[in-house]
Amino acid sequence: MTGATSSSLRIATPEGVIFSYRLATPVSRGLAWTLDAFVIAGTSYLLSRLTAIAGIVSIDFANFLSTVLFFVVSIAYGIVLEWRWRGQTLGKRIFGLRVIDVHGLRLQFSQIALRNLLRPVDSLPLFYLAGGLAAFWTSSGQRLGDLAANTVVAHETESEVPDLEPIAPAKYNSLLAYPRLAARLRSVADPEAVAFAIRAVTQRDRYAPSGRVELFREIADYFRSLAPFPAEALDGLTDEQFVRTVLRVIYKP
Amino acid sequence: MIVDLSRFVETEKPYWNELEKVLAGLDTDYERPMTLPEVQRLHYLYERCSADLANLDTFSTEPQMRALLESLVSRAYGEIHETRPPLRLRWRSALYAFPRAFRRHLGAFRLALLITILGCAFGWFAVRQDPQSKAVLMPFRGLMTSPRDRVAMEENTKLDRLSGVKATFSGELMTHNIQVAVFAMASGITWGIGTLILLFYNGVILGAVGADYIGGGQSAFLFGWLLPHGSIEIPAILLGGQAGLILAGALIGWGSPLPRAARFRTVAGDLFAIVAGAACLLVWAGMVEAFVSQYHQPVLPYTLKIAFGICELFALAAFLGWTGRE
Repeated sequence: MTGATSSSLRIATPEGVIFSYRLATPVSRGLAWTLDAFVIAGTSYLLSRLTAIAGIVSIDFANFLSTVLFFVVSIAYGIVLEWRWRGQTLGKRIFGLRVIDVHGLRLQFSQIALRNLLRPVDSLPLFYLAGGLAAFWTSSGQRLGDLAANTVVAHETESEVPDLEPIAPAKYNSLLAYPRLAARLRSVADPEAVAFAIRAVTQRDRYAPSGRVELFREIADYFRSLAPFPAEALDGLTDEQFVRTVLRVIYKP
Repeated sequence: MIVDLSRFVETEKPYWNELEKVLAGLDTDYERPMTLPEVQRLHYLYERCSADLANLDTFSTEPQMRALLESLVSRAYGEIHETRPPLRLRWRSALYAFPRAFRRHLGAFRLALLITILGCAFGWFAVRQDPQSKAVLMPFRGLMTSPRDRVAMEENTKLDRLSGVKATFSGELMTHNIQVAVFAMASGITWGIGTLILLFYNGVILGAVGADYIGGGQSAFLFGWLLPHGSIEIPAILLGGQAGLILAGALIGWGSPLPRAARFRTVAGDLFAIVAGAACLLVWAGMVEAFVSQYHQPVLPYTLKIAFGICELFALAAFLGWTGRE
């Protein structure tokens, strides 16, 4: 079973497990496509320089090669790369995007070919307006080619556990003296809030001192509201230290 | 519910790593058939990781670990639940896929043909009623002169107009015509309206040219000029139109109990086979148009060119009608 909101695609397996993909935004897709367009233009230019060598034998043949190769590169670029790299072109790879089947199944060659062959209609009348409008209207942000091929473009799943040592070094953790509250914290904290807290700690030096104090107070208040640790557990901890300690509890219990 | 997250991770991590390794192997060598024990192991690992993912729901603050497991489960899910065979490029199956796809959707081809014929009739009627309308219906410089004058010029010329540019001309024809065929297919996503317009307009041009030349008493020149490449090019554009109408049919879904996504999934392979086949035909048509069609009597007798075109048409009909029949 598949369901989509404007930002994610959720797939429920017959085993009763739900996993989700974060859908790519039109901006990130546009940037990836722009990069791909530059790659296609660059490759075509290089090929035209190479085919010019054939002009030694026949200028007509060199022009023929140049015309045909530009066409082949512009059509085959997306198809071949998305097929060989399992749903990625160079642009998508750099921007962390991937084409996936709308039901989470393995991407088929015919799907890749179809979504790429429908680009001429998506790009009508100018600058992918038709495709952009379709992406705006469909719940999974699909352009017309994606609709026909049953594909969506999603952000690649980041699968690495963050390295907490630089931001929350392992030392005595007063919160772990209260395992029930620590477990509650892990259970109810919003993943997005946790990710936000990690970003705040990682980028702390970029904030002005007063703004930093304000930011960590708000984050610390949020975590305190989830698990009411007793005062002795928090004794001597600034808001920022409390947030770092909480992150340690969450990731390295 | 997981009580001790550290122990949970310690126990399960080897299984996650093993599944990651199996999936990486499938990614790099997807054509290798798996043995029964390998399939059973993959299934076991998939179910185990699925269960881990479900258990992890009690720890909503594990976004990275959840992402890792979601990534593994989603990839394994795709491998296990996929019932369509992976693409295996074999020349025989590739050769058969095109005519078989064509025959499976003969109704769409007939409709494409009918729309083109209607366009032809309109173009014919318009030019016969109002010869001035050819400037609007077929705005190509080469067709603006009277047929009699053009034939006289073509038959008397001593110069080879395409000398030194035949290959370039051929390449331009190939790429342009393939773009038209692909666009005819892709326009099917507009509920078929774009495809119908394109086919009709193509027919209008053909009808207008036919009316102009046949009405001007230049039938032999017209067929000698058009048939060598047209007997392949026109069917190829019709095939693009056929693909567009198949796409439109899947989008509209008249009388089909399947949901839209399933309908698209059903026809995706056939659409690609037809368009790829049409593109191959247009490569041939481009070569013939540049190297044969542009040479007229007395260089190449019309009867020879017409016979050549008819032979091509029969060969194409035989290929599409009989190749790969079971």
